[in-house]
Amino acid sequence: MTNTLHRYGSPQSLRNDYIVFAMAAKGHNEQGALEKARTFLRAAIKHRPINMGNALINPRYRPEKDLTFLKLYLFGRKQEVPYEQLIEELPAPGSAAVVFDNTYAMRRFLEDVKKLDLGLSINVSALIDDVRQVCGEVGITPHSVEYSLPFRGATEKLPSDDVLSLSTMCGHGMVSANLAKKMVDRVREGRMEPDEAAKCMAKFCVCGVFNTTRAMRVLHETVRRD
Amino acid sequence: MQISKERCVGCANCTAVCPMGAIYIAADGLAEIDREACVECHNCYRGMSFEHLPPEMVRAGRRLLSQVQLRFQPDPDVCPTEALVPEELEWPRIVRRAFSDPMVTHESTGVHGRGTEEVKTNDITNRIQQGDAGFVVELGRPGIGVYFRDVQTVTKALAAAGAEFEAGNPVTGLMTDPGTGEIREDLHGEKVLSCIVELKAALDEVPGLLEVVEEVAKDFPSVISLGVSTRTDANGEEELQELLRSAGYDTWRAKVNLGMGRATSFPGSGPAGLEEQGVRP
Repeated sequence: MTNTLHRYGSPQSLRNDYIVFAMAAKGHNEQGALEKARTFLRAAIKHRPINMGNALINPRYRPEKDLTFLKLYLFGRKQEVPYEQLIEELPAPGSAAVVFDNTYAMRRFLEDVKKLDLGLSINVSALIDDVRQVCGEVGITPHSVEYSLPFRGATEKLPSDDVLSLSTMCGHGMVSANLAKKMVDRVREGRMEPDEAAKCMAKFCVCGVFNTTRAMRVLHETVRRD
Repeated sequence: MQISKERCVGCANCTAVCPMGAIYIAADGLAEIDREACVECHNCYRGMSFEHLPPEMVRAGRRLLSQVQLRFQPDPDVCPTEALVPEELEWPRIVRRAFSDPMVTHESTGVHGRGTEEVKTNDITNRIQQGDAGFVVELGRPGIGVYFRDVQTVTKALAAAGAEFEAGNPVTGLMTDPGTGEIREDLHGEKVLSCIVELKAALDEVPGLLEVVEEVAKDFPSVISLGVSTRTDANGEEELQELLRSAGYDTWRAKVNLGMGRATSFPGSGPAGLEEQGVRP
């Protein structure tokens, strides 16, 4: 899964977008990994992550399969679940991912993860210079690095930069370009608030790595520029 | 995936949700799926919320509202009548789902998604050593899709350049001969949202392999997303970034393995055991 690697945008746009994830290596350290993944996710809660998931269950923002007229128009929709509930529901460790929208929270979380010494592989997907700086501050020596290179091939088939910035926040492609464009249009027309649009898109990203704060920022900037 | 004509009310919400743009409103005013374009990712069925309204009631309401120039418009992620119906897939169409639905585990890898653990667990597996480069060539991403006949164009070009494909990768598993990069013929007409070709090379082979990808990309009908990885030295430094920069690539975004993993499942596989085997954990 290169789900988080190829988020599209300028370095400025990609700042404050950190995905930290933990996983076990198949055949090497799977024993007890589920409880370790839960510990990893629980440790994140106090640092106020903006999203969480692991692709084996629906993440923080979820579709509702039991909507009724009353829920929709009277009591309101319940589009997100508490982190504790999500953590309890994990059926297997998978790739437990947490998203932060600021460096301070990410650094504090890494300090805690280092102390926990879970033995799972911990990765950070973000701007490389920011990760290196935080690693230096926390006293971590990076083990391996994977660089994202710019798109090649039939790039003329890709949507606009703004839409791509939103849709690539789900690397599995579950946030469709058409949905992202629809959200931009709805915000532009005043029919949706940026936070509603961001949560709507986040529900389609099953890994829980969609950064709703960045999505709101992109939506604001797109609409303001237009 | 199918859409029930009996239940669909033509609100068109599912058309925007489909990553492949495979859902459209047909001449009868109801949603249909272009089966050739659909990659069976199940995004519409999984991601949309369902309101279980009787279709007859919704249709009557729509007709009534249209009389007064109003339109029935559910929330953009809601299917008001639960009209989406998953279907049992058979070979070879089932391969579409295996590669396109991130909640399906590849039997070959045990990993959710389209590739393997790559360098995400390299601190445990040590698959990519110092002086090595791991290539993750994702085809069809983002949101364009790719046919396996086009995937084969890339794998054959890489194989001809001497690439060593990752054995545990799902695409490698579909090759009739990893030495030539040929993919089984019965899958050539199958389209997936994206798939990942993985290979390992020496660092000094990186410029040559990048040239191969650039050459193939010129006439490639989809998009190629490329990730290149390596192992750092004891100080956390590596030569790959400079190598990529000097080849003209931006390298501002990356995934970094922090080296906190430990193998615990068998004796001698922990850090001490690896050191005994001459591998720096």
